[in-house]
Amino acid sequence: MLLVLGGLWIGQNINLLPVDASANAPIYDELFRVLFSIGTILFVGIVGLIVFSLVRFRRRPGQLGDGLALEGNLPLEVFWTAVPAIVVLFVGLYSYDIYERMGGMVPLSHGNHSSEMAADQRVWGGIGSTQDSQTATTTGVTPLPVEVTAMQFAFLFHYPEGDFISGELHVPVDRPVSLRMEAKDVIHAFWIPEFRLKQDVIPGQPTVLDFTPTRTGSYSIVCAELCGPYHGGMRSSVVVDSADDFDTWLQSNRKPPATEA
Amino acid sequence: MTITAPQTSAPPSVSLQPTGWLRYLSFSVDHKVIGLQYLVCGFAFYLIGGAMAGAIRTELLSPVSDFMPRDVYNQILTLHGTVMIFLWIVPVVNGAFGNYLIPFYVGARDMAYPRLNAVAFWLIPPAGLMLISSYFITGAAQSGWTAYPPLSITTPAAGQIIWILSVLLLGGSSIFGGINFIATILKLRRPGLKLMQLPMYCWAMLGTSILVVLSTPVLAGTLIMLSFDIVAHTGFFNPGLGGNVVVYQHLFWFYSHPAVYIMVLPAFGLVSEILPVHCRKPLFGYTTMVYSIMAIVGLGLVVWAHHMFTSGTPPWMRLFFTIATAFIAVPTGIKFFNWLATLWGGRISLNSAVLFSCGFIVNFVLGGITGVALAQVPFDVHVHDTYFVVAHFHYIVYGGSVFVIFASIYHWYPKVTGRMLNEHLGRLHFLLTFVGFNLCFAPQHWLGLNGMPRRVAEYDPQFALVNQISSTGALLMAISTLPFLWNVIASAFNGAIAGDNPWRALTPEWLTSSPPPVENWKGEPPLVTHPYGYGTPADEIDLNSASGSDLWRSGQ
Repeated sequence: MLLVLGGLWIGQNINLLPVDASANAPIYDELFRVLFSIGTILFVGIVGLIVFSLVRFRRRPGQLGDGLALEGNLPLEVFWTAVPAIVVLFVGLYSYDIYERMGGMVPLSHGNHSSEMAADQRVWGGIGSTQDSQTATTTGVTPLPVEVTAMQFAFLFHYPEGDFISGELHVPVDRPVSLRMEAKDVIHAFWIPEFRLKQDVIPGQPTVLDFTPTRTGSYSIVCAELCGPYHGGMRSSVVVDSADDFDTWLQSNRKPPATEA
Repeated sequence: MTITAPQTSAPPSVSLQPTGWLRYLSFSVDHKVIGLQYLVCGFAFYLIGGAMAGAIRTELLSPVSDFMPRDVYNQILTLHGTVMIFLWIVPVVNGAFGNYLIPFYVGARDMAYPRLNAVAFWLIPPAGLMLISSYFITGAAQSGWTAYPPLSITTPAAGQIIWILSVLLLGGSSIFGGINFIATILKLRRPGLKLMQLPMYCWAMLGTSILVVLSTPVLAGTLIMLSFDIVAHTGFFNPGLGGNVVVYQHLFWFYSHPAVYIMVLPAFGLVSEILPVHCRKPLFGYTTMVYSIMAIVGLGLVVWAHHMFTSGTPPWMRLFFTIATAFIAVPTGIKFFNWLATLWGGRISLNSAVLFSCGFIVNFVLGGITGVALAQVPFDVHVHDTYFVVAHFHYIVYGGSVFVIFASIYHWYPKVTGRMLNEHLGRLHFLLTFVGFNLCFAPQHWLGLNGMPRRVAEYDPQFALVNQISSTGALLMAISTLPFLWNVIASAFNGAIAGDNPWRALTPEWLTSSPPPVENWKGEPPLVTHPYGYGTPADEIDLNSASGSDLWRSGQ
């Protein structure tokens, strides 16, 4: 009992994660706290049992006899088959629920991207904040589309709204963003630790990633798939602006129309 | 007066096999010689792979890439992974202990196919030397041990091709070994010995060999296709030619996830042999142990895509592989609870073999807990390809398998050499390894959660301190091999004489002389139907040796 309470306390109060800055990060942190609590209880319990057994049942000088001839105990074995099975099932269902709340189970062909894609092109997606985009469509706010190109060793962000390319991702706070990602050479992975989101960027196979930033600030974008010698240096940043700042930034970068001859 | 001895029927026949130390360098077909060849060869590669780990941790002392060029760093990390998996853990937990012990356990005089066995071993040194020398000749492969295309297609081809050839040879060696173990366990059992009377390591090796035989050919085929893409410019995995890079990942992980079980199932079996002897208790729950090994084998074949949760897999696939992966925790959990129950109520000798076994349990439980967490898609999406994963799998393969390898060396050294290892040095070795290992890898969980990806030579400066702590742990691990090496070498000459059965064990390998003769027993092999028949039944406890609480417990 003490163990369970202690595990729960540690799980709830020790924070190993960076700040949360997207709509699905708090949901992720909820899952993390549950897993951390269960893990702590199990780990401390088992280590406690081992240490206790090693001390209590150690061979003392002069003892020559054997231990008890216990060959098994069926009820006990059924018990420790059933309990982990139930725990694992609970964790699985719970993480399924979390996954659904993050928008992972929504079939992507019916998503808000289908109109933009060629019909024969297969698009796989990562976890996205589809719920937000659904509410967004009802409230009339469309997600901000950004086309991401990953190459050795940089990310490029193309804004269709202003038709310009940026080396840094700027997004407005509290508005859904939809990234359409493709790699030019090898596999990269787009990761923002503070958003708890990662999606591989695959050559020849576009992927999408939806999210809603919730906290203004500047966070790192990290490449998380070995992509060559400068893989460790393949970093960029995402700047979450307030809506006004974002508009100013967009206007200042917008490609002047009709400059081409 | 002298008695003339009866004329021996024939003078000792001249052996076709070399004798003396030379046989360890020869094409010997004696399973014990082959086992030791695997062990020593594997340990040599462990030292090489460990030196590479040292180079990696030195590079990561500072956030900038300053110790070695970036492409060399990628070569080193590729070689480190390949050497440790294919040249150290797989050959040692399977080849070394399997070849040494399995014929004893089934009551045979050798493996089913002794020559195939020698071929399987002798594929390893050339493959390993080729792999290492590629670094000096052409530059080694630099696409990681996973060799994901298109990176493996676009990096320098010579190193990648040598890597593929070397892994193919090692895979072939592994398949030969697997076939041999299956045949030996199923067909070479001494008459009268039933399957359910075999020591647990036989079951572990049977399960492992099934995995080897089913999944390694898939890796071989995949790597041949990859080499065609590189050499002949075919387009299996080349998106520029219409290939699909994710298909490679599916094929690769179809082998490489079972490979984890190929590395840990034999370790589970070895621990099941070591603990009962030193606890003086039967192995708890023999039957459930057997079923859980087979359940792990079955489930282990259908979980591979959990390595690809961020690769663009459809949602239903993510869900299926989450559940399949998480359920492996159930049979694995059964095994761990059974070991805990084996410890419970025993008369545990706290020697190095037991300490390493218990260190294994502690490390593996932590690795298992992070494993169940990683199986959950939402969790994995954040920490995939980060140092959290690096920490997780080192807890499994180092904290798990390598700890068991050391425990096994402490346990069977008297059998192999006839001499005991020094206990004080052994405990020092355990202490340094356990502290160093946890200092090295536990902080890496935090690094991964907070944003440090794996396989990087440079990183965000906010992670410098934790990386330095981790590197300190790696240094301790390097130092920990010194007392071990000294102990193993010095004890071979000066160790206390062990006698035939210093642990008073009941399994068949101890029922012969130490070291055992060629063909294992003089006379008939013993029939051991209760390999774990230790312990005193509760109603026969000797009053003089029992403590009060034993009587109290037995009175329940």
